[in-house]
Amino acid sequence: MSTHDATTAPPAAGEANYLNCSHGFRSWFFTLDHKRIGVMYLASILSFFLLGGILALLIRTELLTPTRTLMSADDYNKVFTLHGAIMIFLFIIPGIPAALGNFVLPLMLGAKDVALPRLNLASYHLYLVGALIAVLSIVQGGVDAGWTFYAPYSTTTNTAVVTLTFGVFVLGFSSVFTGLNFIVTMHKMRPAGMGWFDMPLMLWALYATSIIQVLATPILGITMVLLIVERVMGIGIFDPALGGDPVLYQHFFWFYSHPAVYIMILPAMGIISEVVSVFSRKHIFGYRAIAYSSIAIAAFSFLVWGHHMFTSGQSELMNMIFSALTFSVSIPSAVKMFNWLSTMYKGSIRFDTPMIYALSFMFLFGIGGLTGLFLGSLATDVHLHDTYFVVAHFHYVMFGGTVIAFLAGLHYWWPKMFGRMYDEKWGRISAIIISVGFNITFFTQFVMGSQGMPRRYYAYVDKFEPYHVISSLGSYLMAAGFFMTAWYLVKSLYRGRPAPANPWGGGSLEWQAASPPVMHNFTDEPVGGDPYDYSNQAYDPALGGYVLRKTEVSDR
Amino acid sequence: MILSGLVNTLSVRGAGVPFLATGDGTFWLPVRASEAAGTVDNLFYFIFWISLFFFTLLMALLAIFAVRYRRRREGEEPEPSPSHNLAVEVVWTAIPVLLVAAIFWFGFQAYVDMSTPPLDAYQIQVTGQKWKWTFTYPNGYVDELLHVPADRPVQLVMTSQDVIHSLSIPAFRIKRDLVPGRYSKAWFTAVRPGDYDLYCAEYCGTQHSSMLSTVKVLPPEEFDAWLREHSDILSGLTPVEGGERVYNVLGCKQCHTLDGAAGVGPTFRNLFGSERSFKGGGRALADENYVRNSVLDPQSQVVQGFEPVMPTFKGRIKDQEITALIAFLKSLSEHAPREEAPAAVGP
Repeated sequence: MSTHDATTAPPAAGEANYLNCSHGFRSWFFTLDHKRIGVMYLASILSFFLLGGILALLIRTELLTPTRTLMSADDYNKVFTLHGAIMIFLFIIPGIPAALGNFVLPLMLGAKDVALPRLNLASYHLYLVGALIAVLSIVQGGVDAGWTFYAPYSTTTNTAVVTLTFGVFVLGFSSVFTGLNFIVTMHKMRPAGMGWFDMPLMLWALYATSIIQVLATPILGITMVLLIVERVMGIGIFDPALGGDPVLYQHFFWFYSHPAVYIMILPAMGIISEVVSVFSRKHIFGYRAIAYSSIAIAAFSFLVWGHHMFTSGQSELMNMIFSALTFSVSIPSAVKMFNWLSTMYKGSIRFDTPMIYALSFMFLFGIGGLTGLFLGSLATDVHLHDTYFVVAHFHYVMFGGTVIAFLAGLHYWWPKMFGRMYDEKWGRISAIIISVGFNITFFTQFVMGSQGMPRRYYAYVDKFEPYHVISSLGSYLMAAGFFMTAWYLVKSLYRGRPAPANPWGGGSLEWQAASPPVMHNFTDEPVGGDPYDYSNQAYDPALGGYVLRKTEVSDR
Repeated sequence: MILSGLVNTLSVRGAGVPFLATGDGTFWLPVRASEAAGTVDNLFYFIFWISLFFFTLLMALLAIFAVRYRRRREGEEPEPSPSHNLAVEVVWTAIPVLLVAAIFWFGFQAYVDMSTPPLDAYQIQVTGQKWKWTFTYPNGYVDELLHVPADRPVQLVMTSQDVIHSLSIPAFRIKRDLVPGRYSKAWFTAVRPGDYDLYCAEYCGTQHSSMLSTVKVLPPEEFDAWLREHSDILSGLTPVEGGERVYNVLGCKQCHTLDGAAGVGPTFRNLFGSERSFKGGGRALADENYVRNSVLDPQSQVVQGFEPVMPTFKGRIKDQEITALIAFLKSLSEHAPREEAPAAVGP
């Protein structure tokens, strides 16, 4: 291990780094650099988040009045289908692993890149192809089957179902390749001295996520193929007139789509573990519990898909088993919340934007997780299934959970990725606006749902109008917060203060690379150690960040 | 419209905010109109209070820690403290396990009761189709509204004609999918006379959100009287009135207008006696036999410009009813031969 002079400054901004070391479209589009691939993914998923968000605003605007506001029923049905499909398959599933994970994983391992850089590029190209095919369905007049494509509606409706499902099929490969790459990289490219339990928890999270991606996604792929075959060839897998079973489709679909939600939340939890520890300047509490709970969540996630089908006609026995198993998944998630809270206890907490998002996460995911209890319980689920209560629940966990954590991670790693600090004041203001707007939009929907308001409704009975109006106003506030965030982040790329290597005092290895890193990541071999031990760092006011204290050669 | 919705929301009428006045319901839940609703609601509130307690506790700690342990100077480091504690971690795992086990158990028990109808339940058949509910009573009477007796177990035996639908009655706390090609069941005992919303709760296309009906709970004696009176769908009505009744009750009105406007299917105005052109060629005069064929085998002759989406009514419509429908269609058409009707009902 090398010693490290505390006064050594990282390469100054503007010197050769992964962003400026080569130019031109081909140097990006055909790059093998995990950092460039991560940035391209980031740009793509944010673009689709914008598209999905606009669709959401269209939905909320249509729902301002109980009858027609802007569009016909058919158009509304297409809008909510596209909103779901884009947000899920083009934004949130690739989301954190592809945009942030690709960037930080090799850096956290002190490595130059992932194990399989060409597979990584293939993953991105497949993502683009799948996304374009999916979006092509808009040009063909849209799809009105809901992102869940339940048969027999999806097998008989006269809309561009085949195009969209084929796009989803292609996107699945992108997801599998990313997962495979991460698993191999973590097994094979940990540096000497970094055992599994020396890894930052973000990596445990990505590992658990990758297992799910590799095992579950093929099921989705095959299910989409079966749907296409049913539509095109009329074989009768899901058609009762030909001896098929429409409910079988639901089993196939949810067998993937339930584990999929853990693809969404596990990396988010990984980010929160990092951010809460760094911004409390305290070792994460319960490291092993969090690591094991990530794997436990991944394993259990495969056993609970039937809780989406409690009213489908599934047997009472199956319903009971799925309900019991569903509650078992709630425990590891609850434990993580307690661990994060305990990390803050007796810490030294700073409320930079990433931490504000992390606190918001705990609030919003807390609500999202607890409302899952109502849905896991059979008798209450019967009443709440297919109502706005479910819509509120999943937005609290996917949006209030994953997206908020994604924003935390984006702000946390932004200086590392782009070498710039964003405007902290606007960061905090936007975080608060988004969080407040979110609660207004979606808490109202819990009440609407438990009062009986069904989901996927274009028109509704008058008594629900006030709830819808409040919810829609909240969504406009949230949108404002997002536009503000986009504005100050883009602005930081041009005018942001150059970032030091370690503005926040993170202990994982990416903070020993320059901000932004050189193409091969590290100029000096990074110094290993416990990623949550902050005692070997000192704050350097001149730099505006943290540096490693001068150390003896350690025997780590 | 948007403005009035805003005003509705923001104004406070009488004792409470208007949208909380959902009949005799509470802030969270609609009125309890079935026997099972009480149990379901108790479970809901059990989960609610546990959740609220722990959420408040956690958020209070969050706020307290955020304030108490905020960094006061740049570079300030915290006091060392342990990063794990087996006893604490075991306790905070065990307590949630016990609580969720309890929630699961109560939920399962209540669900088993809701899935086990008494043997003497009054059975009503339910048919769902895009986009209409049809309820068939034991004596064969068919209605678009669900009339039920109070204080008597009622079992719904349900199937779909086309795609998956779901019958939802929030006031009864019940919901069950209707699947084509099989029967599904739900049961309840209504305890409170009145009218309650019935929704379709599984997305089924264009008019999913207008696939509504009403549950009319009648005191038992009133229910018997009502059924007796209404059993003959055509009784006391002229053929034209009877045909109009068929039009309303059996679902024709979801897709066929009477005023000439375009719908999912051709308008009934001026249909009878007109010349029809079909997809794939062929033409025919819309006479009595044409009407009968359209009702019993609609896919055999689809009018040009329309999609083949009409389901067959074979087995669901009586011959007498088709005859009445024909009379109704004639009354709507200039092309029909003028007949002397005893009670003239104009188009």
